Amino acid sequence: MKFRSVFDIIGPVMIGPSSSHTAGAARIGKVAHSLLGGRPEWADIYFYGSFAETYRGHGTDVAIVGGLLGFDTHDERIISALKIAEEVGMNVRFFVEKEVPDHPNTAKIIAGTKDHSVEIVGISIGGGKIEVAEINGFTLKLTGEHPAIVVLNNDRFGCIANVASVLAKNKINIGHMEVSRKEKGKTALMVLETDENVAEEILAEIAALPNILHVARIVE
Amino acid sequence: MIFRTVRELVELAEKENKKISEIMIEREMQVMNKSRDEVIEQMDKNLQVMEEAVEKGLRGVTSVSGLTGGDAVLLQDYIAKGDTLSGTLLLDAVSKAMATNEVNAAMGRICATPTAGSAGVVPGTLFAVKNKLNPTRMQMIEYLFTAGAFGYVVANNAFISGAAGGCQAEIGSASGMAAAAIVEMAGGTPSQSAHAMAITLKNMLGLVCDPVAGLVEVPCIKRNAMGAANALLGADMALAGVTSRIPCDEVIEAMFRVGQMMPTALKETAQGGLAATPTGRRYAKEIFGEG
Repeated sequence: MKFRSVFDIIGPVMIGPSSSHTAGAARIGKVAHSLLGGRPEWADIYFYGSFAETYRGHGTDVAIVGGLLGFDTHDERIISALKIAEEVGMNVRFFVEKEVPDHPNTAKIIAGTKDHSVEIVGISIGGGKIEVAEINGFTLKLTGEHPAIVVLNNDRFGCIANVASVLAKNKINIGHMEVSRKEKGKTALMVLETDENVAEEILAEIAALPNILHVARIVE
Repeated sequence: MIFRTVRELVELAEKENKKISEIMIEREMQVMNKSRDEVIEQMDKNLQVMEEAVEKGLRGVTSVSGLTGGDAVLLQDYIAKGDTLSGTLLLDAVSKAMATNEVNAAMGRICATPTAGSAGVVPGTLFAVKNKLNPTRMQMIEYLFTAGAFGYVVANNAFISGAAGGCQAEIGSASGMAAAAIVEMAGGTPSQSAHAMAITLKNMLGLVCDPVAGLVEVPCIKRNAMGAANALLGADMALAGVTSRIPCDEVIEAMFRVGQMMPTALKETAQGGLAATPTGRRYAKEIFGEG
């Protein structure tokens, strides 16, 4: 059951014109924004499949930049996202890819600041709902049937235990968990599928733990 | 309150002697771990957005490309003259469905039901039927939960995006959802809701997604209009006791298989169908400077 909530069907409230190409795109951009912990200074955006064919007509470019700026699907500032990005000095480039993706609505975002960057592959599966397929080159094996969060952290002892204990304290059960890192002692990544939705305040509590860099919800 | 198919949904409602909307509300509370008030309140907000979009569309809007807008107003003017062929309620639904999608094309705020491209059918029919049945605010909220329950089954067993399954997956699903919800509001049984959905969706099997210039405008807005009319007729047929010989779940399954067989050119890539007509290509060229 990938669509878990009735509000995946009657919703989201959004700025038109397309739930998969506009709202979904905004949500993919927003995941990158959350993983960076804020607005990127630059972003390279790659469109695949139907995204590549119709991104301008659907405002996919506008919406994904809106998400990178931190806007929600219903935020009317999305309409002027490209202009706002220019005003704040965010350097955005778009690339149309010919490669045939597994799902027709796929986008890759590489975005960052002077200090660090993030790379995500997002899929818009319909009605504004998205799946995050890859983060920083690491393929996520999420079912999409449970809520999921991603934690970026410094690769130090105790991080995993600390995150788990915050969830335990809030009576949230972890159904599936993956950890990975590029290099020992550098940045690591935790992906946790949970039985219960992780509320904003719990995300903030995790983000405040030592050595935690950023936290993002990737499946609701 | 777990249901994966329309059959299970109807059986649950019948066994517990509850409306389909109530089954969906209880399911939502359980899955998302929310109180009844929270769930109802969230749907009430979505209803509010739908109302505002229809009102805005009926005041007249023009899309970003300039290609569409204003047809909802034309229809209201026509209804006001009092001499329609297909009747006030039906045309009112058609007009309000178009109003929603015209606002969507103008990058206005709408509620996806189940998608933005198909956002007109459910509210269009709701606000037209409202004038006839005089529902309470709560019954209007229930209408959306019933529509949502049927859409939930479609989304989890087939698809609701044009890129994955063609327009049948979007406006086809929306029309079936609306038909089922109309039946419940009019006092029909859960089983009649399922038949209304089946009858309505059957008529939209194979519908391709072929947006001119890749814009959610032509033919999307008018297809929402026709979808709303289709939903009202499907609901009336089911309320009259007409049944679908093919069960609703099998119609959804058929929709899924048809969508899988559909070529990519007809699934929201703007490469086939109306998008590939000489006029369709001309619009694309005028708007984006290319064919």
